[in-house]
Formats: sequence, structure tokens, C-alpha cells
Amino acid sequence: MADPHGKPATGREIAGRAPWMLVVPALAGLAFLVLPLAGLLIRAPWSTLLQRLAEPQVLEALRLSLVCATVATAFCLLLGVPLAWLLGRVSFPGRRLVRALVTVPLVLPPVVGGVALLLVLGRRGLAGQWLESAFGISLPFTTAGVIVAEAFVAMPFLVISVEGALRGADQRFEEAAATLGASRWTVFRRVTLPMVMPGVVAGAVLCWARALGEFGATITFAGNFPGTTRTMPLAVYLALETEPEAAIVLSLVLLAVSVVILASLRDRWVSTP
Amino acid sequence: MTLDAHLVVTRPAFTLDVALRVAAGEVVALLGPNGAGKTTALRALAGLTPMTAGHIGLRGAPLHTLPAEDRPIGMVFQDYLLFPHLSALDNVAFGPRCQGVPKAEARRIAAALLERVGLAAHAAARPRRLSGGQAQRVALARALAVRPELLLLDEPLAALDAHTRLEIRSQLRRHLADFDGATVLVTHDPLDAMVLADRLIVIEGGAVVQEGSPAEVARHPRTDYVARLVGLNLYRGVADGAGVKVGEVLLHASEELDGPAFVAFPPAAVALYRSRPDGSPRNLWQARIEGLERHGDNVRVHLDGPLTAFADITPAAVADLDLTPGQRIWASVKATETHAYPA
Repeated sequence: MADPHGKPATGREIAGRAPWMLVVPALAGLAFLVLPLAGLLIRAPWSTLLQRLAEPQVLEALRLSLVCATVATAFCLLLGVPLAWLLGRVSFPGRRLVRALVTVPLVLPPVVGGVALLLVLGRRGLAGQWLESAFGISLPFTTAGVIVAEAFVAMPFLVISVEGALRGADQRFEEAAATLGASRWTVFRRVTLPMVMPGVVAGAVLCWARALGEFGATITFAGNFPGTTRTMPLAVYLALETEPEAAIVLSLVLLAVSVVILASLRDRWVSTP
Repeated sequence: MTLDAHLVVTRPAFTLDVALRVAAGEVVALLGPNGAGKTTALRALAGLTPMTAGHIGLRGAPLHTLPAEDRPIGMVFQDYLLFPHLSALDNVAFGPRCQGVPKAEARRIAAALLERVGLAAHAAARPRRLSGGQAQRVALARALAVRPELLLLDEPLAALDAHTRLEIRSQLRRHLADFDGATVLVTHDPLDAMVLADRLIVIEGGAVVQEGSPAEVARHPRTDYVARLVGLNLYRGVADGAGVKVGEVLLHASEELDGPAFVAFPPAAVALYRSRPDGSPRNLWQARIEGLERHGDNVRVHLDGPLTAFADITPAAVADLDLTPGQRIWASVKATETHAYPA
């Protein structure tokens, strides 16, 4: 029975105090995640920040990173959305296996991805040899190679996000469109795609962020040439050896981009139900 | 016949096997309990559920060989399925656009249809801003916009509240009367079926159990489900000219016939007595009261005994008779209110 003089019992009173065995590690974990970022902010050379940002190598790396990540995302959208549709809407034998294969780059160490790309698309690679002899195209150690490496690593993020949205979307709307005379392509274009658009946007943003931060596959497959393949993460790694302050500045830029992305997706990915 | 179909859909533990003929301008209601296969039949007609066997002919041409998008049909879904990202106008214009009508012309057609269902003012509204009744009318306009030869309605009024339902039902009836193609309507509500349809097809367990005009079905139910829907007590027995023998009870009816027969009477025609009445009405039996429940302004008494029956009596009569569950009582029904027809 409720105490007639007191307030009704709230959830916290019923649950009692949080046990220290959980609170202490929880706070330690929080500190572990937040302190390095705080350190970055504290050690940043704020007085010379703008000056350093304006340095040609920094601007070059930033421009290259943005261009490559954007082109890679466009490439992923072009191939990844249809792939997600295939996985989400067409039942075919081995669909589960294909779905598993699509997610492999997600868990694969990026360096291994880079090695694999070299083996297939490198000058001596299976497809690379043919590409070079037939079209004179050589991907390794070029800007196009950076895009390929980034797309390889980032595409699963897009596919998984879009496929999840497709599975969550009510397929009966597509049936309704079919009864109105819409072909499957029209159904996809005018009903399915608009309905899963939030999932496509979220997937594209995640994909872009992953591409922007790509390091391992890029350096393995595309190398580290200023102006053509040295993206921001590579520049950060290199600068750490020679000018740590420049590395901090570059890191800050990447951190800022991450925060912006997180903020733009907070409703979708970070909010609790 | 505009539509001549034999629908067969076989699933594990369920088979739908229904023959269906609908004339141009006719409205046929598929009526049946949940899980009877009504919606499956409708989806088979639309091409959304593949048929195991059978055929669908529309004006003599085979329909079952065409995919859903190539069938000249319009369908209204139970929860309407209006595209949430399109305005009411663009929802209605969607079908004509798919048929290759230019955008401006499609929008003109859509605007005219929205006007017809009284929603011209809501043309720009997104579906989530529409009330249930408005969404239903947009869904109807969207289905009619493709100029279908066959209109399919899946529980068109089920998602509406009682008040809206009354209004939308009469509007829908008017629009269906204007439609010159064949209409197949699925419902589990007898009132919707009676008001909207020219002919009823009752489906139970995937098969047709009764077919006829609403008046015919209402007067002469042939299954317990239909009898419950139309509010009659129904028994199957054997007639021998004088009456119909149902178990141990002989029921005299206003019709005389021979052989297997159904006999039906309304619950309101049943009279209850504490002791055996004088003058002995002809249809009299002793029953046990199973339970009592409110039924409209009256009280529905569930009777058990040689005949399981409902009796509708006034609350005053319940008080006078001092009825309680478990009690034994005499029940009678006049022969003039009892109808017998061949089984």
C-alpha cells in the first residue's frame, strides 16, 4: 500500500541504489572513451590553428579526402541500394550466404581488404591485368584506387542500413502500387525508395564517414602519395612522425566531421527508445 | 458474365476452392468468419496471391495469366495503404501515371475523382493528416482512377468507427451503384454485406457454403455461422409434412415439406414460462438456462436442452420470471414464426 503521507514510490526508490560494482567500471569506461578526445582538444595548438589549416598539404589532404569519400559513397549508393533491394525483396537460393558475404568487409581488417584488392585489381591481379591490357586502366596507387578501397570497406554500412529499412517497410504498399498498374521498377522508384529514404540517407552518411576515415585498405592498395592518394588519415599518421602539432590539427578536423555526422544521425542511431 | 472465376489456393492446412461469377454492375460480397479465405480469394483475383489451380476470366479473357500490374483491377485495402509520402491527389493520380497518362492529365483525373468523393479540399493533404473516413474515400478514388473493370474491396469499412461507418457505408453504396464494372467485396460484417451487395457468397473453411440475394440469405440461413450473423436460431432436421423433427423435438412450421430440412425462428419469437403453459402451444419444450446477457434493449437468454437456442425477452419479463442460470424453464415458439425450408 502507498504511504498516505508520502509521494507514490518512483522507479528509483523501488530499484534501490545502483551497485558500485557496476557504477565504477561504467564511469571508468566513460572516461576511457572521452578522455583521449578531451586530450586532443586540450593539446590542440589553438593559436596557430587557422594558419596550420591553411597549409597547402593540409588543404590538399582534406580536399582529396572529401572528394574520394563522396565519390566512393556515390559509387556505393549506385551498387549498394540495388544490392540491398535484392537481399530484402527477392528470395533466391543462397540469400543468407550472400547476406553474410556482404558483411565480411565490415569485420575484415582493412589491411587484409587492401591486400585482397591488390591481388585482384593490382597490375598482376586477376582483373587488374585485364583492365590494364584492355582499357589501359591501372587502379593501384591512384586516386581511383583510393575510391575503390574506401568503397570496398564502406559499402556494407550502406547495404545493411538500406536492407534494414527495406525489411522494416510494409511490403503491402508495394502490392497496392502493383494493383494500380505499377511495374516492379516503377514500384521501386516511386514507392519503395521514397519510403526507405531515411534508411538510405542514414546509410549513406555512415558509409561516407567510414570512407573518410579509411586508412588500412587505402594505404595498402593506393599507397601514400601526396596529392593523389594521401588522404587525411594517412596525413595524420605521417605528420605524427614529423610535426605532432599538424597531426593534432588534422585529427581535430576529422573529429569535427565525426561530431557533425553523429549530430545529424542522433535521432536515428543514438537515441534510446 | 463479366467475371467468371474458379479460385484454388492450396496451403499447408488450408485449401481455398471457390467459384465466383459476377455480372457487370453487380456487387458481390464474400462473407465469412476470420480465416475463411475471403481475403485470400480477393488477393488471388488481384494477382497478389498465386493460385494453385483454377482460372479467372474477365469478359472472356484470361486474367490469371497476367501479373497484378497488368490486370484491369482496382483494389481498396483494409487499411487503405495510401502512400504516406504522396499527397491525396498524387495517391489518386498514381494509377493513371502508371498507365502512361501525362502528369497534368493524371492530376486532372485525380482532382475530378476527389471532387466526386467530396474531398477536393483535401487534395494536397498527406494521408496521415486525413481521418479514417477521408482516407477510405481517397483509397476508393485511387482504385477507381485506373478505370478498372473489376473493383476489389477488402473489408472497406472495418477500420472505421461506428459513426463514420454509417456515413461512409451509404456513400460507398452510392459510388458502387455508379460503377459499371464488377465489384467483389470482402467483409465479415453482415450489415455491410446486406447494404452494399446485390448478392452474397458465404465462405467457410475455404469453400462456399451459401449463395444468394441478401434477403434470401437473411431469411434462409444454411449454416450456424450465417444463422448467427442474421440473428436466427437454426436447426437441421427431417420434415414429414406435419413438422420438422429436430432431435426429440417436433417443430411445426408455417411451411409444409418432406425430407431433410432446415428450420429457423428468431430469438424474439421465443416465449418463456416458469411452468407448463395452459392451452399448450404446439412448439413447446423444456430447457435449461445457460446464461443471460444484454442484447440491445432486451435480454438474450441462452437456452440449453433438447434445442440450443437464444431467446430475446424484455428486462421486465426477466424480472417477472425471476430467471437465473441453471434454472429449468418451458420455452415455446409459434408455428407462424417458425420457417422450414429444404436442406
